[in-house]
Amino acid sequence: MTFRDAIRVVIVLTSLACANEVFAQAPVSPKPGSSQPDGGAKQFRVCADPENMPHSNQKQEGFENKIADLVAKELGEPTRYTWWGQRRGFIRNTMNATLEEGRCDVVIGVPEGYDLVSPTKPYYRSTYVFVYPRDKGPQIKSLDDPVLKKVKIGVHLLGDDYTNPPPVHELAKRGVVGNLEGFSTFYSADNPPSAIIDAVASGKVDVAIVWGPAAGYFVKQQKVPLVMVPVPSGPGDLPFEFGISMGVKPGNVALKNQLEKIIDTRRAEITKILNDYNVPLVQRKAGLKR
Amino acid sequence: MKRLSRLFMVVASLGWGAACSSNSTAPASSGGAQPAAASPVQEADKQWTMQNKNASATRYSSVSEINTENVKNLKVAWSFSTGVLRGHEGEPLVVGNTMFVHTPFPNIVYALDLSKEGAPVKWKYTPRQDAAVIPIACCDTVNRGVAYADGKVFLNQLDTNTVALDAETGKELWKVKQGDYKMGQTITSAPMVIKDKVISGISGGEFGVRGFVTANDVATGKQLWRMYSTGPEAEVGFPGSVETWQGDEWKRGGGTTWGWYSYDPELNLFYYGTGNPGSWNPDQRPGDNKYSMTIFARNPDTGKAAWAYQKTPHDRWDYDGINENVLVDLNMNGQMRKTLVNFDRNGFSYVLDRTNGELLLAQPFVHVNWAKGIDMKTGKPIEDPEKQTSASKNTKDICPSAMGGKNQQPVSYSPRTGFFYVPTNNLCMDYEGVQVKYQAGQPYVGAIVVSKAGPGGNRGEFIAWDPTAGKKVWGIKEELSAWGGALSTGGDVVFYGTMEGWLKAVNAKTGDVLWKFKTPSGIIGNPMTYVGPDGKQYIAVLSGVGGWSGIGVAAEMGLEDPTAGLGAIGAFKDLANFSNQGGVLTVFSLP
Repeated sequence: MTFRDAIRVVIVLTSLACANEVFAQAPVSPKPGSSQPDGGAKQFRVCADPENMPHSNQKQEGFENKIADLVAKELGEPTRYTWWGQRRGFIRNTMNATLEEGRCDVVIGVPEGYDLVSPTKPYYRSTYVFVYPRDKGPQIKSLDDPVLKKVKIGVHLLGDDYTNPPPVHELAKRGVVGNLEGFSTFYSADNPPSAIIDAVASGKVDVAIVWGPAAGYFVKQQKVPLVMVPVPSGPGDLPFEFGISMGVKPGNVALKNQLEKIIDTRRAEITKILNDYNVPLVQRKAGLKR
Repeated sequence: MKRLSRLFMVVASLGWGAACSSNSTAPASSGGAQPAAASPVQEADKQWTMQNKNASATRYSSVSEINTENVKNLKVAWSFSTGVLRGHEGEPLVVGNTMFVHTPFPNIVYALDLSKEGAPVKWKYTPRQDAAVIPIACCDTVNRGVAYADGKVFLNQLDTNTVALDAETGKELWKVKQGDYKMGQTITSAPMVIKDKVISGISGGEFGVRGFVTANDVATGKQLWRMYSTGPEAEVGFPGSVETWQGDEWKRGGGTTWGWYSYDPELNLFYYGTGNPGSWNPDQRPGDNKYSMTIFARNPDTGKAAWAYQKTPHDRWDYDGINENVLVDLNMNGQMRKTLVNFDRNGFSYVLDRTNGELLLAQPFVHVNWAKGIDMKTGKPIEDPEKQTSASKNTKDICPSAMGGKNQQPVSYSPRTGFFYVPTNNLCMDYEGVQVKYQAGQPYVGAIVVSKAGPGGNRGEFIAWDPTAGKKVWGIKEELSAWGGALSTGGDVVFYGTMEGWLKAVNAKTGDVLWKFKTPSGIIGNPMTYVGPDGKQYIAVLSGVGGWSGIGVAAEMGLEDPTAGLGAIGAFKDLANFSNQGGVLTVFSLP
């Protein structure tokens, strides 16, 4: 069983305050493209979400910002951002904005196999996790645990944008629907990205099922010790683990090759950044590794 | 299908603004013999003071200078660039000698002076909106027009602000925020003024927004009431919603309210439709999911509902039920009835008794295979289990597609022919397995939805429909969807626009195309007519392709992904061969 290998990540609060910056600026960088289509970029132009910690924000506090800086340093180019909410239309309005020949060249994090871009080989792999209090949590280790029909479960939802997190689809298949508490991934002052983890800490929900990178950072900030347990995928289930790659515009082979080289040579530094943000890392077909 | 005869017999006080007073027409009659000679031109029809022409939403004007004989001579009188790209839906208004023209985001309003040659700009209002609202609006950044009453112009902005402008000066009189665009809430629909209230809806069904409708005071903007589509009776103004959801799913219930509104002053009820239920995966929300996909009849004074009729319980296809409800009196089986006629996204045309919501007739008006028909006793569709979508299976060739047998483009009803004129889509879709998507830094999975042309290969058809028989009378096949609205006139000419950009004039009785003109961009707006200060009849239409169907052109979307834009790209990938972006108002008259 995969979850047998799970390492429970228990981190007691550090008093980090999460920056929930309300972004009032237009998300579009007005800078016209300065890169050549074959990738010889003079600037390292990154497409990123302005308000989506711990991934990225406009203050460049996210782990994707740190990884971008690392890559930019390696390329010897300054980082330049085009900010746009990472949701429907993100690629269309950034990398594929044809009027400006593409406003940016690289997305730091896309799932392996994401076909709107040309993804590099994955540079880390994470998983959806159960998050609950270490001491009095429901000790859930599988979606088949009957207790899931009774407890209040926090999940991220996108409404009906034809999408749901894979564990939510699988919960629906198992008839677990009525006791879900949905958290929006549209963030604002009233709904910071930490809300779903705060809800576990405060007892508003008994357990949350959250994408690892989005969980780890906020788990680390809670007063109440919380654990993260990988959600194992049963036979016939959707995958809950995903490799994460960088993405470039299809056809931009030169840049993709450059990035893959940096991923190889700077792997240790990249992994350190992910560890600093408490991203639960897994190996392909192996247990959880931190 | 709960139909409560809880009518609120409040007598309408008819407090319309002066220009609207004669326009809140009693619904037109039909069903029997039709007058052959020209009917007298109604004084009110010289203006066009609200979206869809009148409170009954018939989009019929008795103005008859342009007729089936002379329409072939129609020429451009003048044109006006809105200065905005993206999709232009809705229509301009004409009040007195002023035309009010709206645009998509940034939602500019122009007042044009019709009394002067070339209709110069009297004033221009540009709201200050955060550009961050753009990536949040679902299906292009459209706006379906302004409302007018009491010397004020009312505008719903994409960022959910409702503003009142002084119709003379364009000065902002009040401004009220209806929602939070950061949470996926936007407004694309036109407000409607009913008595002393501005009625507004909300968009964002794609983002789990719980739909509501709001009444604000015409004079001050103060919120008078707000009623939700889903939830407890106190918040919906009608019982029976919560028990059709699991747990608190109704809180993400969807049922947004982004369509057109109509009003019957005699019954003092206004009518509108609600959109699809909140979460897409139907397995996740067992139950009927009331009152998504529902026609509501509400009292404008209290907001409470007299009745509610759900067209598509437990939606599995995104048949977003917001299409307009046209109020006409029809002879149904030998008896005159006060009816409401609705051409729904799900492909069925419904005729209801608008006093109580009783279902009188339901017939498919396009190729439909998801349901075999509507059960006249229960009012529910008789579904084909083979065409039910689910997250865990592939479902092929479902008709109509999620874009609907008809989308937002409003129909017209001519009391002279007794026919409805309906711009339709001929589109089907496949739901194919799951695909990894990525939003807010998290991998998600969703269905791949591919829209494609229905039987025959043409993607649209403009049809004349006999509402009492529930039958098509004639049809004009269109290569692309007919995504613009219809206009019928006292001259027995019907006008509609195509996504290629043609404005067409058609014989209302025969469907013969009498005239056409290629405007600068695809038409998804609605033609309207008025009589100018010079006494001549004019026809005006906004072109500017976009909207859901045209999002590939409008948002410069890469065409490599046929499932982008919820399948719209797959269905319309050749649109760029026909049309490009650009908002232009073109106005026509006889020489």
